[in-house]
Amino acid sequence: MNLFDILGPVMVGPSSSHTAGAVRIGRMARALLGQEPGKAQLLLHGSFASTGEGHGTHQALIAGLLGLAPDDSRVPDSFSLAKERGLEFTFGTCELRDVHPNSVLIKLEGTQGGTLEVGASSPGGGRIKVFRVDGLDTSFSGELPTLVVHNSDKPGCVSQVTGALAAQGLNVATLQLNRGGRGGSAVMVIECDQPVSEATAQWLRSLPGILRVNRYTPNEEEPV
Amino acid sequence: MIDFTSIQQMLDDSCQAGLPLWNNIQLSDCQQQNIAPEASWARMAAMLEAMTQADQSYQAEDRSHSGLVGGDGGKMADYGQGEPLCGPLLTDVMAGALRMGECNACMKRIVAAPTAGACGVLPAVLLPYRRHFGCGENALIQALYVASGFGMVIAARASISGAEGGCQAEIGSAAAMAAPALVHLQGGTPEQMANACAMAVKNLLGLVCDPVGGLVEVPCVKRNVIGAMDAFSAAQMALAGIQSQVPPDQVLDAMAEVGRSLPHTLRETGKGGLAATPFGLEYAPNDIS
Repeated sequence: MNLFDILGPVMVGPSSSHTAGAVRIGRMARALLGQEPGKAQLLLHGSFASTGEGHGTHQALIAGLLGLAPDDSRVPDSFSLAKERGLEFTFGTCELRDVHPNSVLIKLEGTQGGTLEVGASSPGGGRIKVFRVDGLDTSFSGELPTLVVHNSDKPGCVSQVTGALAAQGLNVATLQLNRGGRGGSAVMVIECDQPVSEATAQWLRSLPGILRVNRYTPNEEEPV
Repeated sequence: MIDFTSIQQMLDDSCQAGLPLWNNIQLSDCQQQNIAPEASWARMAAMLEAMTQADQSYQAEDRSHSGLVGGDGGKMADYGQGEPLCGPLLTDVMAGALRMGECNACMKRIVAAPTAGACGVLPAVLLPYRRHFGCGENALIQALYVASGFGMVIAARASISGAEGGCQAEIGSAAAMAAPALVHLQGGTPEQMANACAMAVKNLLGLVCDPVGGLVEVPCVKRNVIGAMDAFSAAQMALAGIQSQVPPDQVLDAMAEVGRSLPHTLRETGKGGLAATPFGLEYAPNDIS
């Protein structure tokens, strides 16, 4: 906690959890897709489903998918911006188990053919927690530079990746590894103390057994 | 260095370091976050600018999604054109608090301070102060450091979340940040700032979080007014030499304990208090009504 957690963030109202956090969830999903989203299905759970409309949660999530920041005055008008940019979206509700009441499941299709399913919560103060990526359990907040690596569940994948990060002088803060089943696909979530460059992500993509690498850098200004 | 877990420690440390309280708050945070004081100052200046812009973005014709909120800031400003009951300064303060609370409810860009629901208190205190007393920008930025330092201790010792501690943790915390900021602007001592913080908390102790429909609208917008007025009354008592009999840190501990004792229905669930009145239930989401 620092002074600017108390005074701040600058954000579009009315709620840090239902609005600012929802924008951040959308931004995170966009970053993890790694390309311009073309289609989105958003399933709201709990308080997001019941009070989301009055809090502008729907507009906030779409704003984030378009890459807008929580303090962008265009957040309330994100639906028309989505139309301009060719992002089609639908909203529904869902019942998720053992997650925070402010949660959403987002299914994305990118304009370049990629897909992503991400589940995330907004527990308060604009902070977020990603609890699921492509059906696999995760737990990360995006407060640190984060790498999400899809890899085949084979010996050596983890050490290759951490070795490549060490060679770049990047310190690993936390590392999570989850897999669907033995020998199938796995997801590695690596939070680092330093930002991970696109060049490093490209290098990781060239490694054997690495299926996909996406990176999220907090507060990175993205031209939108 | 201030560890931001005790008001007394914050005062003692600043006294030992021989630094003004605002400056020690700034430097302690810079050291902990490993950032340059100049960068911190620029960021705080940006917060003041964002508050000023938010205040100017108000439009009396805007309405919130539910239609429950909007236009009251304009009504208060109109009323202030005559001979208002509370005098020109406090009328300006009340109008400012309403404007900012309504801006938030209408999806305008605001500064959470410490939360979005309580975003009206600090600007409603600082911006009219600037207009009426003609103080410079540097003094206001220093006052924001004072406010955030006290806010840090409140967050560490009690809570700044309505879901955790009720509205006392949101509007109460905002008032308890704004009161020492006002004492700073008036040239008061750090002890007076601590007393102002404590008295502002005490005056709103136990305030419940009972938003109609679960939305940050009713009664949130108007509670920003009482938060700003609470800050002025606590600051003036402190400047008059009036002390909180209960030591400030103990007041914050009481706030934490009261927050924990509040039933679930009165902690931002929209299931108790004003939210559970027949009027409130008309706006309740389907899963509550």
